Amino acid sequence: MPDHLDITKLLFGRLSLDAIPYHEPILVGTFAVVALGGLALLAALTYFKVWGYLWREWFTSIDHKKIGIMYIVLAIIMLLRGFGDAIMMRMQQAIAFGDNTGYLPSHHYDQIFTAHGVIMIFFVAMPLVTGLMNYVVPLQIGARDVAFPFLNNFSFWMTTGGAVLTMISLFVGEYARTGWLAMPPLSGIQSSPDVGVDYYIWALQVAGVGTLLSGINLMVTIVKMRAPGMSMMKMPVFTWTSLCTNVLIVAAFPVLTAVLALLSLDRYVGTNFFTNDLGGNPMMYVNLIWIWGHPEVYILILPAFGVFSEVVSTYSGKRLFGYTSMVYATVVITVLSYLVWLHHFFTMGSGASVNSFFGITTMIISIPTGAKIFNWLFTMYRGRIRFEVPMLWTIGFMITFVIGGMTGVLLAVPPADFVLHNSLFLIAHFHNVIIGGVVFGMFAGINYWFPKAFGFKLDDFWGKCSFWFWFIGFYVAFMPLYVLGLMGITRRLNHFDDPSLQIWFQVAALGAVLIALGIGSFLMQIFVSIRNRDKLRDVSGDPWHGRTLEWSTSSPPPNYNFAFTPQIHDGDAWWQMKQRGSKRPLAGFLPIHMPANTGAGIILAGLSTAFGFAMIWHMWIPAVVSFAALILGAIYHTFNYKRDYYIPAEEVAQVEAERTRLLANHV
Amino acid sequence: MPPYKPPRGLLLLPLLAATLLLGGCNAVLLSPSGDIAVQQRDLIIISTILMLVIIIPVIILTLVFAFRYRAAANNPDYDPEWNHSTRIELMVWSAPLIIIIALGAITWVSTHRLDPYRPLDRLSEGRELPTNVKPLVVEVVSMDWKWLFIYPEQGIATVNELAAPVDRPIQFKLTSTTVMNAFFVPALAGMIYTMPGMETQLHAVINKAGTYDGMSSNFSGAGFSGMRFKFYGMPTGDFDKWVQQAREGGNTLDRPTYVELDKPSERVPVQRYGKVAADLYDAILNRCVLQGQTCMKDQMAMDHRANKGLTGRYSLANNDVSARDYLGSICTSSNPTGAGVLENKVL
Repeated sequence: MPDHLDITKLLFGRLSLDAIPYHEPILVGTFAVVALGGLALLAALTYFKVWGYLWREWFTSIDHKKIGIMYIVLAIIMLLRGFGDAIMMRMQQAIAFGDNTGYLPSHHYDQIFTAHGVIMIFFVAMPLVTGLMNYVVPLQIGARDVAFPFLNNFSFWMTTGGAVLTMISLFVGEYARTGWLAMPPLSGIQSSPDVGVDYYIWALQVAGVGTLLSGINLMVTIVKMRAPGMSMMKMPVFTWTSLCTNVLIVAAFPVLTAVLALLSLDRYVGTNFFTNDLGGNPMMYVNLIWIWGHPEVYILILPAFGVFSEVVSTYSGKRLFGYTSMVYATVVITVLSYLVWLHHFFTMGSGASVNSFFGITTMIISIPTGAKIFNWLFTMYRGRIRFEVPMLWTIGFMITFVIGGMTGVLLAVPPADFVLHNSLFLIAHFHNVIIGGVVFGMFAGINYWFPKAFGFKLDDFWGKCSFWFWFIGFYVAFMPLYVLGLMGITRRLNHFDDPSLQIWFQVAALGAVLIALGIGSFLMQIFVSIRNRDKLRDVSGDPWHGRTLEWSTSSPPPNYNFAFTPQIHDGDAWWQMKQRGSKRPLAGFLPIHMPANTGAGIILAGLSTAFGFAMIWHMWIPAVVSFAALILGAIYHTFNYKRDYYIPAEEVAQVEAERTRLLANHV
Repeated sequence: MPPYKPPRGLLLLPLLAATLLLGGCNAVLLSPSGDIAVQQRDLIIISTILMLVIIIPVIILTLVFAFRYRAAANNPDYDPEWNHSTRIELMVWSAPLIIIIALGAITWVSTHRLDPYRPLDRLSEGRELPTNVKPLVVEVVSMDWKWLFIYPEQGIATVNELAAPVDRPIQFKLTSTTVMNAFFVPALAGMIYTMPGMETQLHAVINKAGTYDGMSSNFSGAGFSGMRFKFYGMPTGDFDKWVQQAREGGNTLDRPTYVELDKPSERVPVQRYGKVAADLYDAILNRCVLQGQTCMKDQMAMDHRANKGLTGRYSLANNDVSARDYLGSICTSSNPTGAGVLENKVL
């Protein structure tokens, strides 16, 4: 402790004006665009006086449907940032040959590929998956909300807090230059003394709390809140895959939290868990982060598998082929995903027996995955397939994903991995499964459930444009990377000597442009659909001839979802109700008990974000203050007894009568 | 095996396409020059073919089913309730299972045969290892951001340049100074991580003379992209000449020179040293190049011995003069036996 306390230091820590990169033209330009866009948005929100509406109806909402939509909006915004990083990398690699060093020195380039990976996984794929599960699962199981509605709102804002911290790093200080898993010793205090890795740690810690809590929440929801009659083996497949995903989240995310906590101890208080000296061992970090990291891959892909199962069955107009084996395949994948982490580092020098064990367990995962693919195939068999946009994504997935699966199994053969590891072949592989699997799945899901959420379908033309640009763009962007990998080119390079490689990188850059058009078409699709919403309106609540319970409600569903909790007799509950010709109950409504909105989630998450920011910059006084406020705020919130209210029976009757009227007009 | 196996020609089509595609460029992984890399290449090809047995029918079936059962075709055999067939279920589980059993067996065998720690038992396909050949030992150190190669047998060292005689097994011992890297010469053999304070190993052999690319393939910070070197496979005579040249260059890699070299630098030109300080690699590996640093292996050995209670500590102090300083830091005047210090610290 110094003789006199330096208050400025305690207040501002390492933060000074120098942390603002006003001397970097690219960043200043980006900042100008973001700032102007942000100001325009804020001005528009103020002008149209929607702040109050947003706060009351959305930010403080604990309706799972609204939270689900907010997750997806967050993901789409972050997709633009993550994709911006991608296109910058593609441009750099397309021009940096020989004497040309490109436009991104390693100081920038290394931040960009780190941010790209982190953002795409944590703030695009995860919110998309969580958002879709949040929206759909309670509806599919006939529940009125999730098990812990307040926690759901809090989880969302924690995830957003992490995203905000990541975005702040763009303009205040800098981001990690370590790769998306921040492996020590490179991420240790000696090799990375500046704030980049701290941004990484705190963004993921804040968001990680949100993910973990939402995992617990959805798991409990699925286990405890299913409508009467819906036994486990009558759950829709999307709900099954969501259950498995949330089990994985609950089991895996604490490992990430712990390993990042150990890394921060190394960085903040000088412990030696992962250092080179004094008994530290970086290999422990590599193991721990992948013990989280591999299940994470399945956390992302399983819900996508669920979407495909729903989509194939709906648009083929058939029951899902092999429901039971689909469920068992999902469970087997869930369990096995814990037994494969070492395949991410066969090249670290484990013995041959260890490597073969993990190689073979990895291959075994392809058996249930293969069975799933065949089951979708045989769902199409003897069906009448309607090629709506979600079905296009699904077929695109089936073709693309098997290629990614094949290269994945190839990488699971340790001696083959010795030459392919860390190469562009590996990059092509995981983009093949993440884009071909997760992204295609999420687009299928968004197109499929959008009419449920908003009451009108998405525009068909732009939806198809989006699909074809993404589909073709993916192949143009990543097939060259497979080839480059076989040419012995490795990842994360920002400069190449051999000019004969350039053409491949240029083709890949063209592919990235096609994908950009795909993203643009998607945004256009949403815009056009909102403009033409009256033409695209669906009043039936069941525009696709759906099979599961969510299609039995109006679109959008009333905030209580179901006026009466449905009785389930069959796996395809709504399909079976339609077959039996069961009628909507029109009278006898009871008051419905619902959770009340609260601003506690956004406030507590805001304090957590402030705490993270203070820790990043070593601003000790703000850190202590925000942490204390966080704890006190959380305790104060426990004394909030106005957590629920009843929707009066008359209001329910009114809403249902309105729907009856709409349905009658429709037919 | 799925019953709808397409004709053989169909299977070969993508392979043919791939060959044409890759023929135009230098796909080093598919035409390597060292026996280990050749075996790894063969494995890639065999595994790919095995998997295509499933993948190609799936892709074709997807397209066929999508077309044949489109709504517009109004299929008469539409059956909305059909959702189970034990025969198909058996097939869809057993087809991938059979492939994976085959691939698993190949994996087990090849992983053991191509274990980088395993000394070679052949020079290349059909050529046994001559009995009198000793492997060429190369000690590899990845530094910020360059490669140091030490040849203990020849007593020389090089920076960012690696050479080896054709058809003589090479034994790499690898470590790193600050962060992790991976040593990778695609034409020679697969990669292996280099890690500070730890040693990994790689056995390989180059079968064709030539100049090959080598690099770090594990991201290691700002200078990573420039961590490249040339690997020369040379006829034995040329290799001896190359060694001789390095010796005649007159540079010495002593500890002060090494400390200077250890400072971070990027795209360092090739350097050769005719003499190398004794046990330099060992000191780098054990993180005790600088005067006064305790080598990790000594530290660990002492920790191990001293940890055997009070008697262990007395006998260490009595028998090993060099250990007394170390014990002095444990046994202080307020705690003369050092009780509790080591017990909490190690093992």
